[in-house]
Amino acid sequence: MTAGTGQTIRDRVAQFLKENRSDIERAWAATPVFTARRPADAAEECAELLTGLRHVIETGGEEDPSADGLATVRPVLASLAARSAGGPSGSDRPDVTVLKGPLLRLWREQDLPEDIVHSGDLVLSNVLNTLRIALLEIELSAGAETILAQRAQLTELSTPVIKLWDGILAIPLIGTLDSTRGQVATESLLEQIVAHQARVAILDITGVTAVDTLVAQHLLKTAVAARLMGAECIISGIRPQIAQTMVQLGIDLGEVATRATLADAFARALGIIGLTVRPDERAAG
Amino acid sequence: MTSILTVQQVRINEEIDIVHVRQAVREVAVSIGFSLVEQTKLVTAASELARNTRVHGHGGEARIELEKADDGTTTLRLVFSDKGPGIADVDLALTDGYSSAGGLGLGLSGARRLADEFDLRTAPGEGTTVSVGFRARKPARR
Amino acid sequence: MSATSVVELQDVLLVTIQGELTDEDAMALQEELTTNVARSSARGVLIDVSGLDLVDSFLARTLHDIAGASALLAAETVVVGMRPEVAITLVELGLTLPGLGTALTVADGLDRLNGSARRR
Repeated sequence: MTAGTGQTIRDRVAQFLKENRSDIERAWAATPVFTARRPADAAEECAELLTGLRHVIETGGEEDPSADGLATVRPVLASLAARSAGGPSGSDRPDVTVLKGPLLRLWREQDLPEDIVHSGDLVLSNVLNTLRIALLEIELSAGAETILAQRAQLTELSTPVIKLWDGILAIPLIGTLDSTRGQVATESLLEQIVAHQARVAILDITGVTAVDTLVAQHLLKTAVAARLMGAECIISGIRPQIAQTMVQLGIDLGEVATRATLADAFARALGIIGLTVRPDERAAG
Repeated sequence: MTSILTVQQVRINEEIDIVHVRQAVREVAVSIGFSLVEQTKLVTAASELARNTRVHGHGGEARIELEKADDGTTTLRLVFSDKGPGIADVDLALTDGYSSAGGLGLGLSGARRLADEFDLRTAPGEGTTVSVGFRARKPARR
Repeated sequence: MSATSVVELQDVLLVTIQGELTDEDAMALQEELTTNVARSSARGVLIDVSGLDLVDSFLARTLHDIAGASALLAAETVVVGMRPEVAITLVELGLTLPGLGTALTVADGLDRLNGSARRR
């Protein structure tokens, strides 16, 4: 097929899309992609989609997901992608391939020479495949952004610094400590040490699922940095199986004070700032 | 396309030039939105390497580059070059505690630990070029 | 460029460092302090580094040497007020400054010096 006839076919298909607008839009609005939308919204989205696709075909960009025409339908695609983001990745995801059926049916219903019907079939199929790729790209990037945002939220949520007493802070670490979370935890702990003028900081790892060499190294670095600032660090909540792994890995926490439980660490911390806890004799008597 | 932009060049001859390098690096690091901790790491690495350039390389220059990659990430790179005697034993020079000038011997190895990327080119009699790269965690502000 | 002051508080030397320190400044400080400790027979040296936005290996070595020389002259050295970002960077650099006394504030540092005096 020469470029000339290619363009002729495109013009022919574009003309078909223009002349049969209302039929196509009505057929599309009835597909599962749009049935969940309010009829007015669905009609508007169908019309926009159709105009965009026609523009893509006229300019010969039906195989290019970044074509100009597709840029104009991006808001519609984004709205479709947003609907799929909430649901599972299964059947209720809008699948634009269902738009192909009604479109090809209407195209073939015209009384046209067989070769033109075939060439037009190809153009329409291509443009819808490209549309599907463009939608997938938007869905994927939206997904990636969601994941990034959630990760940032988790990072902040999972590293609270708690004031236990005047001069005593605790940071309960939970879950898996990757390098980003470890860094955020260290930085916020050290900043809070300054803000609260805390002489003791307790790093509680009761909720940490595994301690490998990297995590241990990180705990050690945090403790040393705290000491350089003039605060003492105690690591608490080392569960028996974690203690065993640490020994097997040859991890040595050096001079850093460690305690089995947060309560033990707190008692030690009170000792460091010169306080003791004893029973209230009046209450007991 | 990855684009590299040289933002500043600082000569290193006198001792005060080490301070000038630190200030120039701090300025650029702040302008592209590095956090306080990252700024401090950058400036400290710059201080170590500028001192090496002055003391071991008998002077040279520091170049501050910004590299923008396709994916929108920005890397701040510091390139220190001198025409000094070069380093004969690179492995030894990168060993913690090895010092040929009575320091703590952490200049090169320390700067390497602080940076995300490290590159060292040297040969006896042909000078030394050290470059350290720091990636901005978030896409740089425009 | 840098402002370094040394104040005698009874038997403690309070040193405040601020701004950009050249290597020469650092060496001059070390010499001045050691002379001062010997002359005043001070019992302790408090070095306030809260005004420093950078401690590199040269300055770290200077602090370490000041502490070492002071210890020979029977004075204890406490480094006070190191900023979080400076502390993190020093640790990443591989410098843990073992044996160097530290405190959060000048008040804590004085407490520490007095405490160790009492323990003697």
